[in-house]
Amino acid sequence: MTALLEIRGLTKAYPGVVANDDVSFSIAPGEVHALLGENGAGKSTLVKMIYGLVRPDSGSMTLGGSAYTPAEPRAARASGVAMVFQHFSLFEALSVAENIALGMEDPPRPRDLARRIQDVSRAYGLPLDPARMVGDLSAGERQRVEIIRCLLQDPKLLIMDEPTSVLTPQEVEILFHTLRKLSSEGTAILYISHKLEEIRTLCDAATILRLGKVVGSCTPREVSAADMAEMMVGKSLATPARDASEPGEVLLHVAGLSLEPATPFGTPLRHIGMEVRAGEVLGIGGVAGNGQDELLAALSGERPVAPGMIELKGTPIGATGPEARRRAGLLCAPEERLGHAAAPDMSLIENAVLTGRVRRGLDRSGFVGWGRARAFAEEIIERFDVRTPGPAVAARALSGGNLQKYVIGREILQAPDVLVVNQPTWGVDASAAASIRQALLDLAQNGAAVVVISQDLDELLEISDRFCALNEGRLSASRPARGLTMEEIGLMLGGAHDMHDIAPEPEAAQ
Amino acid sequence: MIRLEKRPTPSRFWGAATPVVAVILTMIAGGIMFALLGKDPVAAIRIIFWDPLFSEQFASYSRPQLLIKAGPLILIAIGLSLGFRAGIWNIGAEGQYIIGAICGAGFGLAFYPSENPLIFPGMVIAGLLGGWAWAMIPAILKTRFRTNEILVSLLLVYVAEAILASAATNWLRNPDAMGFPGSRNLSRHPGTDNPELIAGTGMHWGVLAAFIAVIAAYVLMNRHVLGYHIRLAGQAPRAARFAGVEPNRLVLLCLGISGALAGAAGLFEVSGPAGQISIDFNSGYGFTAIIVAFLGRLNPIGILFAGLLMALTYIGGELAQLMLGIPAPAIQAFQGMLLFFLLALDVLSNYRIKWAREAAA
Repeated sequence: MTALLEIRGLTKAYPGVVANDDVSFSIAPGEVHALLGENGAGKSTLVKMIYGLVRPDSGSMTLGGSAYTPAEPRAARASGVAMVFQHFSLFEALSVAENIALGMEDPPRPRDLARRIQDVSRAYGLPLDPARMVGDLSAGERQRVEIIRCLLQDPKLLIMDEPTSVLTPQEVEILFHTLRKLSSEGTAILYISHKLEEIRTLCDAATILRLGKVVGSCTPREVSAADMAEMMVGKSLATPARDASEPGEVLLHVAGLSLEPATPFGTPLRHIGMEVRAGEVLGIGGVAGNGQDELLAALSGERPVAPGMIELKGTPIGATGPEARRRAGLLCAPEERLGHAAAPDMSLIENAVLTGRVRRGLDRSGFVGWGRARAFAEEIIERFDVRTPGPAVAARALSGGNLQKYVIGREILQAPDVLVVNQPTWGVDASAAASIRQALLDLAQNGAAVVVISQDLDELLEISDRFCALNEGRLSASRPARGLTMEEIGLMLGGAHDMHDIAPEPEAAQ
Repeated sequence: MIRLEKRPTPSRFWGAATPVVAVILTMIAGGIMFALLGKDPVAAIRIIFWDPLFSEQFASYSRPQLLIKAGPLILIAIGLSLGFRAGIWNIGAEGQYIIGAICGAGFGLAFYPSENPLIFPGMVIAGLLGGWAWAMIPAILKTRFRTNEILVSLLLVYVAEAILASAATNWLRNPDAMGFPGSRNLSRHPGTDNPELIAGTGMHWGVLAAFIAVIAAYVLMNRHVLGYHIRLAGQAPRAARFAGVEPNRLVLLCLGISGALAGAAGLFEVSGPAGQISIDFNSGYGFTAIIVAFLGRLNPIGILFAGLLMALTYIGGELAQLMLGIPAPAIQAFQGMLLFFLLALDVLSNYRIKWAREAAA
């Protein structure tokens, strides 16, 4: 079969870093091709070049046999290349149809567009009501808007950037079903991910990138996930481990926690109850937007609630603010590193004071001891292997993974009794993620209670003792994490959002 | 093609150099404007920046004016800068200045003709409280009802001006003035006067207060947790809440401090250089101080220099009007250029300019 897209020797350098170095591979029509690599391996730059967002320094591409040099995304779309981005670009206050019309060159009349949306959504098993407000949609449904927007252009090549990170296991199944149908109709799919099991079930071929270079290719069905991980990272990874221990007394007790959202599109928390013991890791799974941010805000004290809703070591603390909770031993690390866990334009020293002031005694009668703050920042940098020129650098200058290590390290080094983390390894490369997980396990080992809120189910199964699911602001009862299957977890997560009746039977459609 | 690229860390060099470059660019652009008006640009720039301090003819008069004009600008701007750093926009310092002056003067006049040495300190406290109370109106409306402090504080300036007019013509009018508007002269009455402390310098209690405010604000912003929280709230509001900063408390505090300092500036002015409550007692210090605060990059030391520089352009501007017949609007445009260049160049401390040529397709 002749290749649909052929890439020869693509190179793109940015000041100080070669993002892509002589990258070559090809995709056949109807092939599902995986692009695999850690953060910073050059996946994004590569697809941006294919989609016309970045121009290569050298190298060439051919699409369907003729030279392909897209100057901008519009040219790429005209040639039949479409892309679904990891971060959606949708207006929450507009309807599905309006959002799709905004992305079109010359949109048809609204009534015709609505009909076309319904046709496409039915044909590919992606149910979507064109009249609904995007703000009311779940992350999975928003992704469907983006996919349908692409499918309306009838693409020959569909690029998908980390599409499953926001989906429940059942929604992933439905997405895969759609992708397989597209592929059977001859649409090639370039699938970017670092979730190896997914790639093994879905993809026909894989190209593996490391530090901008192609380091290998394989047929994913024929190799093990561990082999692919080794090719991706360049070394074998240690699995976080710890000695089994009996959980101690209850440190954090949450009962009947309800909270209205701060914004119209937030999720209300409804009667959340949980209990975490000393030495235990509680994993809270769930698709983003189901109340994770609100739950963290309630636990950190940013949004005070009734005193009895949250008890720390038997003391009601629901109504106290963040400082008082830190003093009492409850520390938190929010998901958003820049702007929430850390101030982007402040130095790492100043950011050490952000949460470390009370427990590390960084001030004397209100006056900050900058020397002590610097020492604390240096301690975090050293203990958690934060790559930075020094502690005086602004937080925004650090890469996402390094800043995440700094933020988590800052809380862990304060020796909390209870630590709550939201998405501790989001966007962090594999080896840094492993060291963060190990640090969380070590903390629990030393007698702290740890709550990990995450969308990464593999991560939760790896480190949690007990697992519970957050779905539309409700928390399920917890179950021992050992022995849970993906199927059971998917059901705990509420399955696929309103998909039960319309989802096609996987076999029947083939 | 010019491209702006965000710097990983703000540039220290440009942070310090932009005010200097802005002043130079203002001189160039202002010089062109003066030339187009048919005036000698070199002479105009010299009269504005040099003559007020060093000309034999005018310096004995204009040199003390420098501190007299810079004092209230600095005192008000220091207060405003705390709020601006936290993202709390008090635009109504002019109103707080007026109310502070009325309260302080009212306190002094209530004891007239007593010459008790405690009256002046009492007037200072009354001035502080008056400005504070006037600033509490937008603060409480904001914390209770989420109103916009920019609008409320600005509109209250006009209310304060109406109160000032009524005070000058009515309830604070000098009973011995045979119907002329304006209060008794406070600066000519021992006990209520704010005298020149060192003859020939223009130094009065208000200027001293401004210097103390500069030092206190410097220590607060660089050493104290409150200053840290103010900066945090301005740069990353969500991170500030996470750190435990209570946004409402910060609003009350920042508006309160800036109002109190503006009120004190008003009191020092009415009991010193201005001398009395009159209909047109306020002369725009409260608004100019906003420019001074930004010109000084919201940094206490920067504000000290910016206040002196701004005062210089005022005195020099008046001199230029007098000597060269440059129209007053041209002087205001000149001062506007200064702010414009400063804000435009501000981009350099956070971005770097790239002269990138579009690669051949």
